[in-house]
Amino acid sequence: MPGTVLTITSGKGGVGKTTATANIAAALASRGEKVVCLDADIGLRNLDLVLGLENRIVYDLVDVVEGRCRLRQAMIRDKRLPNLFLIPAAQTRDKTAVSPTDMVQLCNELRQDYDWVLIDSPAGIERGFRNAIAPADQVLVVTNPEVSAVRDADRIIGLIEAEEKGPARLLLNRLNPALVREGNMLDAEDVLELLAIDLLGVVPEDESVVVSANRGTPVALDANSRAGLAFRNIARRLLGEDVPLMPLEDSGGLLQRLGRLFGKGD
Amino acid sequence: MEKPVSSSRPKVAIKGIRDGLLVTVDDAGAWEDAQEALLEAIGSQAEFFQGARVALDVGTRPLKAAQMGKLRDLLGDFGITLWAVVSESPKTQETARSLGMATRLSRPAPAPRRPAPSPAGEEALLVHRTLRSGMRIAFPGHVVVIGNVHPGAEIVAGGNIVVWGRLRGVAHAGADGNESAVVCALDLSPTQLRIAGRVATAPPRRGRPAPEMASVKDGQVVAEPWDGK
Ligand SMILES: Nc1ncnc2c1ncn2[C@@H]1O[C@H](COP(=O)(O)OP(=O)(O)OP(=O)(O)O)[C@@H](O)[C@H]1O
Ligand SMILES: [Mg+2]
Repeated sequence: MPGTVLTITSGKGGVGKTTATANIAAALASRGEKVVCLDADIGLRNLDLVLGLENRIVYDLVDVVEGRCRLRQAMIRDKRLPNLFLIPAAQTRDKTAVSPTDMVQLCNELRQDYDWVLIDSPAGIERGFRNAIAPADQVLVVTNPEVSAVRDADRIIGLIEAEEKGPARLLLNRLNPALVREGNMLDAEDVLELLAIDLLGVVPEDESVVVSANRGTPVALDANSRAGLAFRNIARRLLGEDVPLMPLEDSGGLLQRLGRLFGKGD
Repeated sequence: MEKPVSSSRPKVAIKGIRDGLLVTVDDAGAWEDAQEALLEAIGSQAEFFQGARVALDVGTRPLKAAQMGKLRDLLGDFGITLWAVVSESPKTQETARSLGMATRLSRPAPAPRRPAPSPAGEEALLVHRTLRSGMRIAFPGHVVVIGNVHPGAEIVAGGNIVVWGRLRGVAHAGADGNESAVVCALDLSPTQLRIAGRVATAPPRRGRPAPEMASVKDGQVVAEPWDGK
């Protein structure tokens, strides 16, 4: 059975696409799936850093597309998970070095050998976005619970629908339960009401994400991290399991409301 | 009288379909010439095409992946999404599918236009989808939306605007100066509402949404509950 191409994108930059790509990939791979990550953020690559594979890059996506190397040669195998691979982006070129058609053809090839092809998209709505979206079977839109990020997510969801790639699903990243409780942050329900799409998961604000990104070890492999658990749950949902939102993902929901009712809360 | 065709330069026709545009390229001449004619037609109206969804009908031409992919990329640079390629050629259909494009228009083509059965009624555009941030609908007649209009979306109509859903974006009715135009919605909470040259920003929501109609009264835009009178 050919694999699934999942594109991870956002309207606003810096909301956690690269973090989500690396962690969902690691979580899927640790459940035995064959996974390849494709960094489509040409000129601003950093998926290799988050995965801790930077020093192993010889060839990149543009080398493959321009025929300077074979696909195999550009694939870097992860040092912890033998069935996780990365195709890095070129750092010294710009987005026009690759076309949407190149991406479709490349993914058609990768689909034959891998269960999942995860594409880390650049932010925005230009060529880089169209490159990342063209081969997608499924699209995951990442946003933070902020009004401006949600507005940009809405825009991107519309463009995904226009490309007949919808319906996209949502990953709400960096939710801070304490801020939601104080009424100073949009909660998951608010965001879903604004965007009217399905939710794949909520990842809490968690400093272990930053620490492990700097170390090149995805937090999804850390059994003690709350964000790691959230990413593992997202991977299970992608595999078709019915995993309920965990209490801390569901902030602003029932548990907090009960807490408030009983005067606990903080 | 039809003029005899002196050259075999491919002809390009553009028409609006239910959601987007259908561009038809006839069978004359080489594909490269057809592509050039197409880009010329679009380049001359770049403003109009910006952000458009386009379906392409290439008749019987067999297109290779490289040709179709190139066209899609070129159109993409104009901000145009090529989402479907329609053709009688099985080769072209296969190519379109391999590039992840549709080979049929999502809904059956509308029946050929015949004279309207009833003389009453005016030209309106029906939009049956959610309008998301960044989308803009502009139409000289009335605009009817079945769906929600999100913040950041904009509707500009020469006539009235009717939203069967929640209106939270920007709505401009009577854009050509018609002060008798109205804006109605099941939940009228626009970011900004304009009728002809008059502007109203949203008053804070009071409780439960109910159908409302906005119009110009004594030079001011006012919203009133819609009671069907
Ligand atoms: N759940 C989280 N908790 C805390 N920090 C996070 C979380 N998710 C992401 N971050 C941090 O936010 C920053 C931006 O994340 P990331 O690079 O994944 O975003 P991006 O969407 O890929 O950005 P760009 O648009 O520049 O590609 C990083 O420093 C990352 O470690
Ligand atoms: Mg990134």
